[in-house]
Amino acid sequence: MELTPHLPALQVIVPMLCSPLMLLLRPRGLAWAGATVVALLSFAIALNMSLMVAGGEVLSYKMGGWEAPYGIVLSVDAFSSMLLLIATGAGAAALLAGRSSIDQQIELERQPYFYSAFLLALAGLSGITASADAFNIFVFMEISSLASYVIIAGGPDRRALPAVFKYLTMGTIGATFYLIGVGIVYMMTGTLNLADMEARIGDVTNLNPILVAAGFITIGLALKAALFPLHVWLPNAYTQSPHIVTVFLAACATKVAIYVLIRFDFFVFQANLEIHDLQFSTFMMPLALLGILVASAVAMFEGHIKRLLAMSSVAQIGYIILGASFVTTAGLTASATHMFNHALAKGGLFLAIAGLAYHYRDLRLDQLAGAARTMPWTAAAIVICGLSLVGVPGTAGFISKWLLIDAALGKGFLSMMLVFIIIISSLMALAYVSRIIETLYFKPAVVEQAPGEAPLQILLVTWLVAAANIIFGLFPAFPLALSSSAAEWLLRNAL
Amino acid sequence: MNLLEILGFFNYWVFAIVLSVGLYTVIAKTNLVKKLIGLSIFQSAVFLMYITMDKVEGGTAPIIQKGVEDQIFSNPLPQVLILTAIVVGVSTLALGLAIAVRIYEAYGTIEEDEILDAD
Repeated sequence: MELTPHLPALQVIVPMLCSPLMLLLRPRGLAWAGATVVALLSFAIALNMSLMVAGGEVLSYKMGGWEAPYGIVLSVDAFSSMLLLIATGAGAAALLAGRSSIDQQIELERQPYFYSAFLLALAGLSGITASADAFNIFVFMEISSLASYVIIAGGPDRRALPAVFKYLTMGTIGATFYLIGVGIVYMMTGTLNLADMEARIGDVTNLNPILVAAGFITIGLALKAALFPLHVWLPNAYTQSPHIVTVFLAACATKVAIYVLIRFDFFVFQANLEIHDLQFSTFMMPLALLGILVASAVAMFEGHIKRLLAMSSVAQIGYIILGASFVTTAGLTASATHMFNHALAKGGLFLAIAGLAYHYRDLRLDQLAGAARTMPWTAAAIVICGLSLVGVPGTAGFISKWLLIDAALGKGFLSMMLVFIIIISSLMALAYVSRIIETLYFKPAVVEQAPGEAPLQILLVTWLVAAANIIFGLFPAFPLALSSSAAEWLLRNAL
Repeated sequence: MNLLEILGFFNYWVFAIVLSVGLYTVIAKTNLVKKLIGLSIFQSAVFLMYITMDKVEGGTAPIIQKGVEDQIFSNPLPQVLILTAIVVGVSTLALGLAIAVRIYEAYGTIEEDEILDAD
C-alpha cells in the first residue's frame, strides 16, 4: 500500500492511537522507548511532508473520502509543515533526551500515564496544525491543552498545581472565546471549512457579526498564545513543570496558537473585512512592542533561570506577532522564520537546563554559580543557544532578527522607532543571557558543585540542537524557503 | 430597534448575560471550586448560542419518515458540534476538579490567596 498520500492523516493518527498503548507498557523503560519511537516517527512524517510542500504545493486529505465543504479536510502547506516540524521535533528531542530527567522527577508507576498524555499533547498540536476545519481545530486545541495540563502537573513540585489551575482557567476561557467566534462565523456563512468560509463571507451583506467574530477569535487565540498582556499563566506553568515538559511546550505550544491566529486573520478575514489590515496592525503592534520591552525588562531582573527564560519567551512571542502585524510578505517571512529559530534556541536552552537540573535541585541563579567548572559541555551549549536567542551573527537567531529589521525598514515613518525597539530589546536579551553566562562561568560556587556532567543522553541531544542553531544560522535556506512560501500564500489576496 | 425586535433576540440576551456571569465568577472568586463553577456557566452560555442558531421555526428533528413530505428540519450540525463541546467542557471540569483535589491535598486549602501565601 502506498502511504505517501495518507501522510497528513498519519501525522495526527499515529501519536493519537499510540497514546493509550503506552498504558500497557508497564515494565521499566518500555513506555519511554515506545513514546520516543512514536515521536521520532511523527518527526519523520513531518520532515517528509515539509520536503514535499517547500515549493508551495498544498497537501490536502479528505477524511473518509467526503468532499470539501461537507467532509472534514486536513491540509498541509508550507506554513503548517513548518509548525509540524517544530512540534514533532520538540517532542522527539524532549523524549529522546529526557529519560533520566523523567525518572528523577516522576514516579515509576505513574510514568506510563505521563508518556500517554505526552503523546496525546503531541497529537493535539499536530491536529491543530494539520486541520483545515475551524471546529476540528477547537477540538484538537482542547485535546492538546488538557493533555498539557496533565503533563505540567506531573512533576514533584506542589507549586505546579496552582500554576496549572491558572493555565486551565485561562486556557479554557481562550478556547471558549474561539468557539464563540467560530459559532458566529458559522451563523453567518453556514460553513466550518476555512477555505469555504473565506469564499462565503464575501456573500454576507452585514459584516458586523464577522467583525465581532474576528475579535473573539483573535482575543481567544492571543490568550492561548500568551501574547502580552494575556501572558500571566505562562511564567509559572513553564517554571514549575517537569523540565522535559518545559522543553516541549516552550518550543511549540504557544507557537501553534499563533499559527492558528495568523491563519484565521490572514486566510479567512483579511480578504473580506475592509480595513482588517489596519485594525490588525493597530491592535497587535503596540501590544507586541510593549510585550517585547516589558517582558525583556522583567527577565533582566529575574532570579530563577527557568522563569527568566519563560519571560524571555513572552518577549519572543512579541517579535513573532510584531512581524505579522506589518502585514507584508517580508514581515510574515520574518515572523515564520522566528518561530522556527526561537524554537531551536529556547528548546536548546531548556534542554541544557534539564541537564543542569539533574544535579542542581534548586534552579535559582545564585545557586547555579560556578556550574560550568564541573559541567563544561552543558554550559557551553547554554552559551551557544543563548547567543542564538540574542541574535548574534552566525547563529539562527541572527537570521530572523535581520529579517525582522529588514521588514521594519519598509514601514515608513514607523521604521526608525521599530528598529530602535528591536535593537534595544536585543541589548536587553544580551543583558539577561550574559547574566546566566557570568553566573555559570565566573561566580564562585555557593552550593556543593555537581559531581560531573549531565547524563550523556541529555548532553547529546542538547548539542544536536545547539549545532542546529549554528547550522541554520550559516545555511538558512531550508527554513527560509518554507517561511517565504508560507508568507506569500498567506498574503495572496492582498498582493 | 423596537421592543419586539429586542425581545426577538431573547436567547441571545440570555447568552450574553450568562456568559458575563460566568466570566465574572471566574475572575472575582478566590475559591477554586467556585471558579470552576463559573467556568462551567461560562461554557454553558456558548452551548445556548449554538443551540439557538440552529432552530428553524416549525422545524423538527432531522429524521426522514416514510410518507411525510416537505417536512422542515432544524439544522442538526450545530447540535452535533455542541455535543462535542459539552464533552470537552465536562472533561475540562473533571480535570479542574482533580487538580483542585490535589491542591487541597498539597496545601490544605482551596482558597487562592491562602495558596499564594503558603509558597
